[in-house]
Amino acid sequence: MSPPKSLFDKVWDAHRVRELPDGQTQLFIGLHLIHEVTSPQAFAMLGEMGLPVRFPKRTFATVDHIIPTDSQLRPLSDPLAEEMIQALEQSCREHDVALFDPASGLQGIVHVIGPELGLTQPGTTIACGDSHTSTHGAFGAIAFGIGTSQVRDVLTTQCLALARPQVRRIDVTGKLGQGVYAKDVILTIIRRLGVKGGVGYAYEYGGAVIEHMTLEERLTLCNMSIEGGARVGYVNPDAATFDYLRDREFSPGGEAFDRAVEWWRSMSSDPQAGFDDRVDLEGGEIEPTVTWGINPGQNCGVTEALPSPQQSREEERASIAEALAFMEFKPGAPIAGTPIDVAFIGSCTNGRISDLREASRVAKTGKVKPSVRTFVVPGSQAVARQAEEEGLDQVFREAGFDWREPGCSMCLAMNPDKLVGREISASSSNRNFKGRQGSPRGRTLLMSPAMVAAAAIHGRVVDVREIL
Amino acid sequence: MAEKRVERIAGRGCVLRGSDIDTDRIIPARYLRCVSFEGLGEHAFEDDRTQAKGNHPLDDDRFAGASILIAGENFGCGSSREHAPQSLMRFGFDAFIGASFAEIFAGNCTALGLPCVTLEPEDLSLLMDTVELDPGQEVAIDLEARTITSRAGTMAAGIRDGTRQQLLDGTWNAVSVLLEAGDAIERAAERLPYLGDFSR
Repeated sequence: MSPPKSLFDKVWDAHRVRELPDGQTQLFIGLHLIHEVTSPQAFAMLGEMGLPVRFPKRTFATVDHIIPTDSQLRPLSDPLAEEMIQALEQSCREHDVALFDPASGLQGIVHVIGPELGLTQPGTTIACGDSHTSTHGAFGAIAFGIGTSQVRDVLTTQCLALARPQVRRIDVTGKLGQGVYAKDVILTIIRRLGVKGGVGYAYEYGGAVIEHMTLEERLTLCNMSIEGGARVGYVNPDAATFDYLRDREFSPGGEAFDRAVEWWRSMSSDPQAGFDDRVDLEGGEIEPTVTWGINPGQNCGVTEALPSPQQSREEERASIAEALAFMEFKPGAPIAGTPIDVAFIGSCTNGRISDLREASRVAKTGKVKPSVRTFVVPGSQAVARQAEEEGLDQVFREAGFDWREPGCSMCLAMNPDKLVGREISASSSNRNFKGRQGSPRGRTLLMSPAMVAAAAIHGRVVDVREIL
Repeated sequence: MAEKRVERIAGRGCVLRGSDIDTDRIIPARYLRCVSFEGLGEHAFEDDRTQAKGNHPLDDDRFAGASILIAGENFGCGSSREHAPQSLMRFGFDAFIGASFAEIFAGNCTALGLPCVTLEPEDLSLLMDTVELDPGQEVAIDLEARTITSRAGTMAAGIRDGTRQQLLDGTWNAVSVLLEAGDAIERAAERLPYLGDFSR
């Protein structure tokens, strides 16, 4: 009998092309997702080398980062955005790569459409020129965020040269309280292990809390692995995974689906698999969580107070002081009650239908504070259609929220959706870095979509558990 | 298609203190609105520099012409944008020294032939102090010997074996190495049931 292996080991071994002289592994990439921002230079390099796309049928493109969310009518009003989209369209035509553009009805954020089209499958390797590619690990895929040179590598060889990371198993035990979401779980994990705690690791998430999560919740969880430093994060596939994949556009059909399930199941971590490190968290202790600083690890429960540099560990003092100064927050002040100017619901972290449903429950409880600008941005056209079918767009509109077209939007503010000046946003996205949301001095508080909706209505950070 | 071998990088250092400096700060997202990396050098750390009103290390005359950026913990965390190392390279940096580096950033640097090497915290702190006091001195990274030499002495430097070998061999541009696998790539694909037995 072969020794017990983790899913990570099995996927790595199944995709190994060869060991490289420098000690890294040449790994085959089963699915390559591309978008308009990190691919044009890679296609240019391909042209310079005179090489084709090696596996065009395993390469899929969409437009998400730069696309406006007010009107997606072509030509786009932003000439630079139009140029980038045209460049992608031309590259896809030249190389016979499928492109999910707005006209296709299948467009959306790359990490939202991969799963919803059934492209993201257990046991596979996935790469995309975006750090949040870890998202796809929710299905038991090993998914790597890569830079543009590596996009070129995958286009030309369908491979990456990678050093094998270690694997850390993170068990979240118990049960989450009402009003506590996957977003709160991952923010708590990052706070506990630190924003660089995962460097050199792949994270395997498990335990009762994770096993009870829907696939959409697991996507939120795996999405932010990279914010904890882990390039890869995954959950073992189970019955919920297989149910999700049934009848998706790119899922196997008929008897092939049953054969697929058998293989997918075989790729799960063996019960006795060993890990390089293990961490346990009690899910029942997790509160609705809000960031107060300039990286996602700088967060606290909504009933907690901000830290004070003097009372913190010496190695953290400088960064806490820098964060509080940038945010203009007082040490020891409660995070609840912090006034906000903007509310953003969306992104590859929290732009799925279940996120909109949860936020809409809160939206039904009041009207958006007139001083708050809002953006509700569905993660994809399919999410938007589903939401509209359920009347969620109407719920949001009636509460005073601005209902938008799909895209990355204010998560990284490459399109016109931006903070202005010193505005503070309550945001369901993934990064609270200085300047992240488009204003160099703009400030971001990360939280779950339900918490964002509550903040929009009250004009300040509130505990969503008091509303639901 | 081997590239130049990167064995030793020597030049003046620029000290950038602080931990968890992310790629949004290195190159704000508005400069990702481009189809080429040209011209990114002038926008490196643009928002931090504007807010520092001339007091940012990249604008400090004492560090003018520096080719080695000396940073803290977890440098380059966040987005996978290769625009970040591209902008620093085009600004004039050939190598990075830090307490630690984010994984995707370090990989992107390797793909451009830019080493990211680490120092133990005490050594890093000493190197930063020494370079700030005497910015004109030479800082030399020797990948063969795994050392960093400055007027603070010779210190043991950390770099992953595979990365070091790629830089020393001139194979840091991985595509040429990956292409050498030839049809072993197609054979690997044929072994995967999701590309055959139950593909769609």
